[in-house]
Amino acid sequence: MQAEDHTPRLLPSGEQALTFQISEAVDEGANRRIIALAAALDRAIADGEIAGVTERVPTYRSLLVRYDPERIRGAALGEALLVLHAGLETGAETGRLWRVPVHYGGPAALDLESLAGEKGMTPEELIALHSGAEYRVYMIGFAPGFAYLGGLPEILHAPRLPQPRQLVPAGAIGIGGKQGNINSVAGPSGWRFLGATPVRLFDPRRADPFLLEAGDRVRFEPVDAAAFARLSAEAEAGSALIAPEEAA
Amino acid sequence: MSLTVLSPGPLATVQDAGRGGLRHQGVSAAGPMDPPAFMLANALAGNDPAAAAIEFAGFGGSFRAETDCRIAVTGGRIDLALPGQKGVAGQAYRLRAGEEVRIGAVGGATWGYLAVSGGIAIAPALGSRATHLRSGLGGLDGRALQAGDVLPLGAFDPFDPCLAPAVSAPDDKEGPAEIRVVPGPQDDRFSAATLARFAAEEFTVTPQRDRMAMVLGGPVLAAEGGHDIVSDGTVPGSVQVPGSGRPLVLMAEAQTTGGYPKIATVIGADLPRLAQLPTGSRFRFVPVARDAAEEIWIDSRRRLRARLEALRPKPEGTLSSHYLLSCDLVGGIWPPEEVVWQS
Repeated sequence: MQAEDHTPRLLPSGEQALTFQISEAVDEGANRRIIALAAALDRAIADGEIAGVTERVPTYRSLLVRYDPERIRGAALGEALLVLHAGLETGAETGRLWRVPVHYGGPAALDLESLAGEKGMTPEELIALHSGAEYRVYMIGFAPGFAYLGGLPEILHAPRLPQPRQLVPAGAIGIGGKQGNINSVAGPSGWRFLGATPVRLFDPRRADPFLLEAGDRVRFEPVDAAAFARLSAEAEAGSALIAPEEAA
Repeated sequence: MSLTVLSPGPLATVQDAGRGGLRHQGVSAAGPMDPPAFMLANALAGNDPAAAAIEFAGFGGSFRAETDCRIAVTGGRIDLALPGQKGVAGQAYRLRAGEEVRIGAVGGATWGYLAVSGGIAIAPALGSRATHLRSGLGGLDGRALQAGDVLPLGAFDPFDPCLAPAVSAPDDKEGPAEIRVVPGPQDDRFSAATLARFAAEEFTVTPQRDRMAMVLGGPVLAAEGGHDIVSDGTVPGSVQVPGSGRPLVLMAEAQTTGGYPKIATVIGADLPRLAQLPTGSRFRFVPVARDAAEEIWIDSRRRLRARLEALRPKPEGTLSSHYLLSCDLVGGIWPPEEVVWQS
């Protein structure tokens, strides 16, 4: 991989938000720096060094920071972010690890057979590849709790469907281009789906409605239909089912 | 204490100031499409400006008070049918328990608000009562209101006065509206010629609009640098240009990230005005620098606060002590007996 130039660009997103961008590509190094910058910003806010920030959204390659112009101006906030970014020390730190049970089968395995056929492999081989990889949560976005995953083995990269399906269930595990995902809520999608997890990434009834955060790691662990049914009932009753292993 | 929905207008939802701080989890704030009008309705009804109220599109519908309360409607020119009298938007009225109000069409605008004294006191979801229709979150079961819904009201003092503005707000200018934007964050995806057309030509408000986005008619804009970007963060007001070349403006309930280049962002002071333009309206985008847009925002907040603070008790047939205290009786402009009879 070539060395990436992560020179920041400060892009206004209106007069109450700015985009701190360090890359235009899907780039793990940039994503690590962005997540580290979000954490540094959180610390600076907690320490009272920066006031007036209302929200921050880490994405693949940029940090969107929303602010209240009555409390801080965009120019000053941009300077403060540049200082935080210059002081970042990012190395090999790893995020929390989630082991996510997946039933590769059932009604959400919409594309398992056809995708295996396209790739010239058996469904079992495809499952072994998909569940053998470790993924990185690049960002949460689009819908509540929707996780975009990097780290999909290249042989599993698959274009989206030309015509999106109208309703894909919550928990469906999919592939869209180079990315993996876990569907947090039911909805339309053009991604290719291999199965489903009983875990609800978003459940507003739980004390902790959201599970994953950008920067976390994910591994998929195959479970059979009986286990999927039992775990789904527990999730329906409000259990998160899984807890993260903290990074060492 | 409650309000019964008899026949709601289109897209009638419970909204409060919105569900802030969750965009990093993929949840946009929701909240009102026209925050100043929403806040004014609440203030007129004697509520905190951020209390939960009802938003509707096009026309309001009918509602029945199950307790003595005060209501206020804002958003545009809207006629109200109240027991024994006609009413208008922009001032509070009393409803007795069992009485109904019929709220008519929203004239010259799109979104209307009905605030009720005490505010709508349904249980919050993730810290807010705002309805997020797309994700089925908040409000009443995350959905639009239906006939027969009963909305509980918070506590309020029934003897507080009905409020109205001390001075009426100035009318909007004639002609195509001017909607100010800050260029970017991806204006570098567009050629100078396309950016010039974006700022010079007229756009129209199409029927493809909801609480998520407004798809614009008018010039088709090609992103010379490509219509796909690696997804990044969006805000209400982001002007996205997808491959169709037809710009769309993200609104209160839009997705939190997007993969289309954003040519500009509508400034906070003008986004409610854009939301309120009736379908078919023409308008132009006017670029402003970020620092100037911040000054405009700060000034607009100051004006809004002044407007909310400048409400005065309306003369009512039955006088409250608040009203009497608000009248300059000592100054002797009117003898007290004349005040009592004006209504």
